[in-house]
Amino acid sequence: MSNQARNPVIAGPNDDIGEETRLALYRTQVVIREAEQRAFDLFLQNLVKGTSHLSLGQEAIAAGFAVAMQPGDLSFCTYRGHAHTLARGVPVEQVLGELMQRDNGLMRGKGGSMHLTSEQHGVMGSYAIIGAHLPIACGAAWRAQYRGDKDVSVCFFGDGTTNIGAFHEALNFAAVWKLPVVFVCENNLYMEYTPIGDVTAVPHPAADRAAAYGLPRILIDGNDADAVYRAAMLAYEKARAGKGPSLIECLTYRHSGHSRADPAKYRPEGELERWKERDPIKVYRERLKQFGISDDAVSAIDAEVRRIVDEATETCKAAPDPSMDILTTDVYADGGFAWRN
Amino acid sequence: MAELTYRDAVARGIAQEMARDPDVVFLGEDVAKAGGVFKATVGLYEQFGPLRVRDTPISEQAILGAAMGAAMTGLKPIAEIMFSDFLAVCFDYIANEFPKSRYMTNGQTKCPLVVRTGNGAGSRFGAQHSQSVENWCMMIPGLKVVAPSNPADVVGLLAAAVRDPDPVIFFEHKSLYPTKGEVPDGEIVDTLGTAKILRPGKDATILALALMVPRALAAAERLASEHGIDCEVIDVRSLVPLDTQTILGSVAKTHHCFSVEENPRLCGWGAEIMSIIADEAFYELDGPLVRITTPHIPLPAADLLEDAILPTVDRIVDRVRRTLKA
Repeated sequence: MSNQARNPVIAGPNDDIGEETRLALYRTQVVIREAEQRAFDLFLQNLVKGTSHLSLGQEAIAAGFAVAMQPGDLSFCTYRGHAHTLARGVPVEQVLGELMQRDNGLMRGKGGSMHLTSEQHGVMGSYAIIGAHLPIACGAAWRAQYRGDKDVSVCFFGDGTTNIGAFHEALNFAAVWKLPVVFVCENNLYMEYTPIGDVTAVPHPAADRAAAYGLPRILIDGNDADAVYRAAMLAYEKARAGKGPSLIECLTYRHSGHSRADPAKYRPEGELERWKERDPIKVYRERLKQFGISDDAVSAIDAEVRRIVDEATETCKAAPDPSMDILTTDVYADGGFAWRN
Repeated sequence: MAELTYRDAVARGIAQEMARDPDVVFLGEDVAKAGGVFKATVGLYEQFGPLRVRDTPISEQAILGAAMGAAMTGLKPIAEIMFSDFLAVCFDYIANEFPKSRYMTNGQTKCPLVVRTGNGAGSRFGAQHSQSVENWCMMIPGLKVVAPSNPADVVGLLAAAVRDPDPVIFFEHKSLYPTKGEVPDGEIVDTLGTAKILRPGKDATILALALMVPRALAAAERLASEHGIDCEVIDVRSLVPLDTQTILGSVAKTHHCFSVEENPRLCGWGAEIMSIIADEAFYELDGPLVRITTPHIPLPAADLLEDAILPTVDRIVDRVRRTLKA
C-alpha cells in the first residue's frame, strides 16, 4: 500500500504523510507520554511495583514505526517496551494493570513490566535479556518468507544491545537469508548508566556497523516522528518486496534514568535540558501547526488521552490482585505444570 | 522391519515428520548440503529442498532464536546444535526464552520446537565436546527432555517430540550413532514421558539412559549368569516428563535401585529420581539407593582416561553385587 493510498488527506503540496497519519502519530506519542508519566507517578505512590523502564523522550520512535505498520506486522520489544506495546493499540488499562500487578493486567501479573506481550495486537513479546529477541525476530521473519506471508517483523532495541553477540549473529543471519525483518536501534546515548560512546568502537553503534552486513547506513532523527515514519515505510517496503533486512539507528534521549532505580546523575549538566528543547512531542506540536492543524484539534487529542489514562488508572486501582488460580497454569501447553506421572 | 543405525534413524525420523507436515522445517550448521557432521541428516536436503532444510552460519544463538521465532508464529522447527556442549553458548534460549515465554505471557506464546543435539562421551574429543548435559536441561521448568538409546526409539521419540506442543531438547548420543537396531516399517510415533522395562528382573532395578542403557543390559546379563542376581533394567528415555510410576512400580518389586548416569555426579538426573524414591517408596527399600555416575571432574581426552571415568559394565556389576551382598 502506498503512502498516498493509506493517507488520502494531503495537507500541503510537499507533504507525503497527510493529516490523518500526522494526527495518528501525534496521538500515539501522547498516549505513550501520558501513560509513562502516569506509570512514574504510580511508582512514587508505590502502586507500580518491581522495576520499570520508561520511554519518556523516545515516543517518536515507537509512534513512527507502529503507525507505519500494517495489521499483522509483528513488534519485538525490549524490557523498555511499554511504548511499543501501547503504540500497537494495546489498551492503557491492560499495560498499567500489568505494571501495577493486578488481575486486569495484560498477563494477569505473571509477566510484569519487562515482558509486556499482546499477540493479538502483534506485540510478540518484550524481552529482558539483552539481544535475545533479535534472533527471535529473524525466526518470525523466516516463517513469513517460508510461507509467503507479507508481514514484517520489527525488532526494537537500545544502543547497548549492539555490543552483545546476538546482535551480530542476528544481523548476519538476517542478511544472508534476506529476511523481512527491520532492526531498530534506539540510541539514547546511554547503555544503562555508562555513555555508549565510552564502550563502543564506533561513534554510531548501529549505523556504523551496517556495512559489515552489506546493509546501507541509516541514521535518523529519532525525535521527529515524521522522519521515523518515512524511514519505517521505506524499510517495510523493502522487506515486503523480498529485498531483505534493514538496520535503522534512531538518535534520541531518555528523559528519565535507565530504570526506576536510576536518578541519572551521571549525565552532564544541561544535557537533559538541551534535549528537552527537542522533546518529540514539542517538536510535533510545532509540526502540526506548520501544516495548519488547529490548536483545538490538538487540545482535543490531549484531553481525550488524559481521560483514557485517568480512567485506566482508576480501573487498575480498583482491580483485584492476581488470582492464585493462575500460579501454576501455562508452564506446559496442556495448561498445567506437571512434569511427572 | 529393517535394521537401521541410530544415525540413519535420526534422518528417518526427521523425514517422516517433514513428509507429514509442511510446517516442519530443519536448520543447523552443516546439516543440509553436508548431511551433518555426524552424517545423521544425509538425504534430507535432497528430499525436502533448500527452503525446508537450511544450513546456518556458526551462530548458535541465531539458530535457536530463529527456531523460537518460527515456532511462535506457526512453524514446527527442528534445530540442530552440533555438540550439546555448545548449548552453553546459546543457553539463554534454553533457560530463559523457550521455557518461560508461555508462562510469562499467561499462555499467549507457544513454542513447539525440537532442539536435537549430539551428547555424550566415547569419541575422545576432550572436555568441551564430550559432556553429557541432559541434567542442565532437566532442571528448567517448561522444557521437555528426551534421550533415546536405540534406533527405534530415535524415530518414535523424535516424531513425538516434533508433534509435541512444548519445547523439547532431544539428546542423541554420539557413541550410539553407529549402533544398529531393528526398526519397524511404516510410521512410528512413540510417547514422551514413558520409560521402558527392557529386561524384567526381581532382585534389583537398574535405571539407565542413552549410552548407559546397553551397558546396564550387559551388566544385568553378567550379574545373572555369574552371580545369580536378576536385575530389572529400565530405559528412562524421557527425563521430562518423567515416568515415575514405572520406576516406583519396579522398586516396589525389587526393593533395590541403582542409577547409571553419564552426567557428572552433582545434580545428575539420578539424584532427582532417587529423591523421589526416597520420598515415596522408602519403606519398599531393602538397601541404599546407589548412583553410579561419572565423577565430578571434566572429561579427559585420552581413551584410557576417558574409559576410566565413565560408568562401565564392570563398575555396574561390581556396585550391584557388593550392595546386594552387604
